[in-house]
Amino acid sequence: MADISISHLVKTYPGGADRATDDVSLAIKDGDFTVLLGPSGCGKTTLLRMLAGLEYPDSGSISVGGRDVTYLPPNKRNMSMVFQSYAVFPHRKVRYNIGFGLQMAKVNSKEIERKVQWAADLLQLTPYLDRLPAQLSGGQRQRVAVARAIVMDADVLLMDEPLSNLDALLRLTFRSELKKIVKDLGTTTVYVTHDQSEALSLGDQVAVMRKGRIAQLGDPLDVYDAPADKFVGGFIGSPPMNFISAAVTDSGDALRVGDQNLHAPSMLRSFANEDIVLGVRAENIGVATDRSSGDIPATVLVVEPMGSSVLLTVDVDGQSIKVQAPPTFRTSPHQTIWLTFSPNTMRFYDGATSMALEAK
Amino acid sequence: MTVQSPPTRPAAVRSPHRPRRVPPAVWLIGPSILFMALLMGWPMVQGVLQAVQNEHGFTLDFIRQMVEDPYFWPAVRNTALLIVVMIPLQFGIAIGMALLLRSNPRLNKLHFFVWAIPLALSDLAAGLVWLSIFNDRGYLNSFLKGLGIDGVPWLAYDNQATLFFCVLIAEVWRSTSLVLVIVVAGLQGIPKDYDEAAQVFGATFWQRLRHVTLPLLKPSLQVALILRTILAFQTFAVAQALTGQNFPLVVGETYRWYTALQNPNVAAALALVILVASMLTSIFYLRALREKGQGGTR
Repeated sequence: MADISISHLVKTYPGGADRATDDVSLAIKDGDFTVLLGPSGCGKTTLLRMLAGLEYPDSGSISVGGRDVTYLPPNKRNMSMVFQSYAVFPHRKVRYNIGFGLQMAKVNSKEIERKVQWAADLLQLTPYLDRLPAQLSGGQRQRVAVARAIVMDADVLLMDEPLSNLDALLRLTFRSELKKIVKDLGTTTVYVTHDQSEALSLGDQVAVMRKGRIAQLGDPLDVYDAPADKFVGGFIGSPPMNFISAAVTDSGDALRVGDQNLHAPSMLRSFANEDIVLGVRAENIGVATDRSSGDIPATVLVVEPMGSSVLLTVDVDGQSIKVQAPPTFRTSPHQTIWLTFSPNTMRFYDGATSMALEAK
Repeated sequence: MTVQSPPTRPAAVRSPHRPRRVPPAVWLIGPSILFMALLMGWPMVQGVLQAVQNEHGFTLDFIRQMVEDPYFWPAVRNTALLIVVMIPLQFGIAIGMALLLRSNPRLNKLHFFVWAIPLALSDLAAGLVWLSIFNDRGYLNSFLKGLGIDGVPWLAYDNQATLFFCVLIAEVWRSTSLVLVIVVAGLQGIPKDYDEAAQVFGATFWQRLRHVTLPLLKPSLQVALILRTILAFQTFAVAQALTGQNFPLVVGETYRWYTALQNPNVAAALALVILVASMLTSIFYLRALREKGQGGTR
């Protein structure tokens, strides 16, 4: 177990024009579960592979538990890893696969046997110990890959999209199981995923990556509630955050959206007379079928019942907005409804830089 | 209410007009089976008969004649020695080269191409090239002379050690590329993840080779071993060009009995020895490499 400190990592693949990771710095506390989240090609897997030693950076450094490991080969780093493809050795039985790392480290066979048994119990693999991977289902192979990683007493546990090859139901059940196992283990964990719900549900901290850089690093709920820029808000959340063009009035105490006026929080005073972007999550917009004070009218375009809620696509003066209404809310296309925005759920972004606005 | 009859299953109804067709598999493999039977099977049967039959019927005379020939046992010994030394050497070199190629050096396609060139060369031509290197006034001796060292009569008839050494070098050079091509193809079929996983879990290079790469490569190695060993039993042209009859090999003897001594029966008996030896080693390899595995599902 150890903390990780990544500083100014730059990596460009041979033949690639763009930097795969572009001056990434990241600190991970001992025992923390950190999720690297981002769309494909954002550099999250490259970062993980540099942590594992499967790639070396062009510049920058990685230290684990105070030891510089930047250019150390993978077998000298005392890490373990769960691969996206599982990489469970097909020619060896489950028992051997789980004990592989221990055997390479020449741990005595009694101890290997004990640890393999422990991991197999934990992951419900005991009946399959003497089978070959080809005789297992995908989910079981995945469990073997996890068992192989957790028997190691590694400093750091790395996971590269470990759930992405499972079907939706299995993914959901195994996700919570994995969270419990890793929590009990207490190992520092770095987990790569492109699935935002995995990131939010598993991580102690989430690093949202884009184009080789970390766009936002923070607590999962912070990242969800207060995205640092439009990209993060658009990437996290389903549906993504709404971004509405708006203008702050001359006096700075109201926000104009089309022809409607919204009450503006005091932090916008310093942006009087400027065009900004209002960001608001679908579930944070109130809906009503009749007018009450402070509401703005919208025309319903699409109604999608989702079971636990109703997803509405509405039009506010030419801008289309997603609204999550309670399941009991009844409406139909072309109808006019009234929306309420509560000041503490509204986020504001600069139209040009896409960055969150801070009071000047 | 009327009882509805159960719907008839379409599969159970055979169309009476459906013509019986020859399965495509027969068309696909038929010609090659015919070809093999005519051009290989029949001559083989004839060859076997020729070795054990004279005009009066079954006889072991030719086999006795073969065994009593003074060149027979040296030829068997030389062939066996060549195989025992050459095959492990070749596989070591080929696996090493394939691993070098896998590490993706610059120009690795060019390296592979150059390393595969001997595959395209006629073995007699290769033998003649090596003859120009190893003969008394060849490139090797000229080179040594340039360094101020006296030349060595590499191919002298009374120097069996250097004769063996020359044939070995030439054969390794000529035929290792076949093993290389098979091993490279096999390595390309193994996902990189296994090797990477082994690295992360602390395996050293040799541990990875022994516990991951070689076991996963086993099917390819098996093919290459069988092919190379069978071909090594048939080593002929290179040795013939380099040594004539000074370093006899079994196939060289076959050739001598057939052409110089005009005795096709003894030649057929020698060919039979090679056939039996090839079959026995193939069976041995198939058995040995299967039993070491961890069960039969792969």
